Amino acid sequence: MFRSLLVANRGEIAVRIVRTARSMGIRTVAVYSEADADALHVREADEAALLGPAPVQQSYLDIARIIAAAQAHRVEAIHPGYGLLSENAGFARAVSGAGIAFVGPSPEAIEAMGDKSSARRLVARHGVPVARGTGNPPRTVAEALEAANGIGFPLMLKAAAGGGGIGMSAVESAEELERVFDQARARAERMFGVPDLLLEQLVRPARHVEVQIMGLNDGRVIALGERDCSVQRRFQKVVEETPARWLDDRIRERLLAAAVRAGECVDYRGAGTVEFLVDPTTGAFAFLEMNTRLQVEHPVTEMVTGLDLVELQLRIAAGEQVDLRAGRPRGHAIEFRLYAEDPVRFLPAPGRIDSWTLPDHEWFRVDTGYGAGSEVTRYYDPLIAKLCVHGDDRQAALARARQVLSEIVVGPVTTNLPLLRAVAEHPRFCEDTHDTRLLMND
Amino acid sequence: MQEIRAELSGSVWKVLVSVGDSVERDQEIMILESMKMEIPVVAPAAGTIGSIEVAEGVAVETGDLLAKVAVP
Repeated sequence: MFRSLLVANRGEIAVRIVRTARSMGIRTVAVYSEADADALHVREADEAALLGPAPVQQSYLDIARIIAAAQAHRVEAIHPGYGLLSENAGFARAVSGAGIAFVGPSPEAIEAMGDKSSARRLVARHGVPVARGTGNPPRTVAEALEAANGIGFPLMLKAAAGGGGIGMSAVESAEELERVFDQARARAERMFGVPDLLLEQLVRPARHVEVQIMGLNDGRVIALGERDCSVQRRFQKVVEETPARWLDDRIRERLLAAAVRAGECVDYRGAGTVEFLVDPTTGAFAFLEMNTRLQVEHPVTEMVTGLDLVELQLRIAAGEQVDLRAGRPRGHAIEFRLYAEDPVRFLPAPGRIDSWTLPDHEWFRVDTGYGAGSEVTRYYDPLIAKLCVHGDDRQAALARARQVLSEIVVGPVTTNLPLLRAVAEHPRFCEDTHDTRLLMND
Repeated sequence: MQEIRAELSGSVWKVLVSVGDSVERDQEIMILESMKMEIPVVAPAAGTIGSIEVAEGVAVETGDLLAKVAVP
């Protein structure tokens, strides 16, 4: 096993990774920006290295500075967390090139899944269902309209290089496509450096179901169950749970098998997530994307399996042969994402945390990088904490969720806590009959 | 002149119009960036851009004046 690890991330995920690494006896090195000098992840790690000013381009995205910090602190491995550089194949190569182990899949696997158009084609060749959509990215309005004729409206317009729900929009008609196409290309170019767009059939109604996979060193890919992440705003997740109780067992088996195939076709190593949209009325499902890293909502999988996914990542990256069998999940787990944002319009709301009261229950897990006295700045994403509850079944987990959501006090920063409380009480969510439009309707 | 003020604290990422441009209601005139999200700022009504009070890259606080639109 590695004796030392640098965590190239910040916030709750850096804290979470440092804790597991320290429990394994690994010396941990945090990196931080000037805005994060007092942050929890810096205090929790054994050592810390300043990267630069607050903006991510000058700190957490600066590959050269991160490698230099890793060398100065003589670490054997780098964990990228999620977001930031975690799906940057150039970073994975730079880490390996410096003689340091990258805790993640090969750069080739990151690249193959990084472009949505090529990922679709690749997994489709290996028998994974995909929605009707474009093969090569249309470059003009005329090409887009022609492609749209074969797909049908409504459809999704996505940045091919995008991910995590960024750079996506639903298009209802040919007129709308004509109006927004050039704008969407310009936006994709600005955000991801590549103007390519992907047109894809819009699955509606849809539940978002994803499968946690783990690629082992003997080449096997194991599925560790599914997560339902249908409560979303702006195509980004707010509440996630496992298992997906509403899912038919036969469809679940096919989903898990499809996810394993997606992993196998890129010779996947370590933790990854294969996302699907499932039409709950027919059970038909389509591949959405594969995230080649630890997923934000991985704690719910840990709560029902008893596994530590970060420990598994580290052991696999260190070359160990992990003996892993997917057991039956124990009970039900739900994660609520506490965001620093206006709960009505979902606008970001940076601010201070002065009051911070979280209950303590053995069935309640909080992953956070903040605490009383912290500042949630405008430089980083609005996730303050992941609030995770476990119960014997969905009803029990929901009751506990309502309890903790009423016990939590956080302020004066504006948070989406009122929205989380409303979701936990929402009849359709409670009945498990909601779909991805829940937060758009009411 | 109708004032357009920032709804959140962040920074000005892109300014999409110039003084004198005529704009339609709900047309994007600039894009703010905060917490890794881009937040479009739209014209409250059809009119002509009378002034632009911020430059790309500057930090803004909630309520800061961003631009003015002359509404006929």
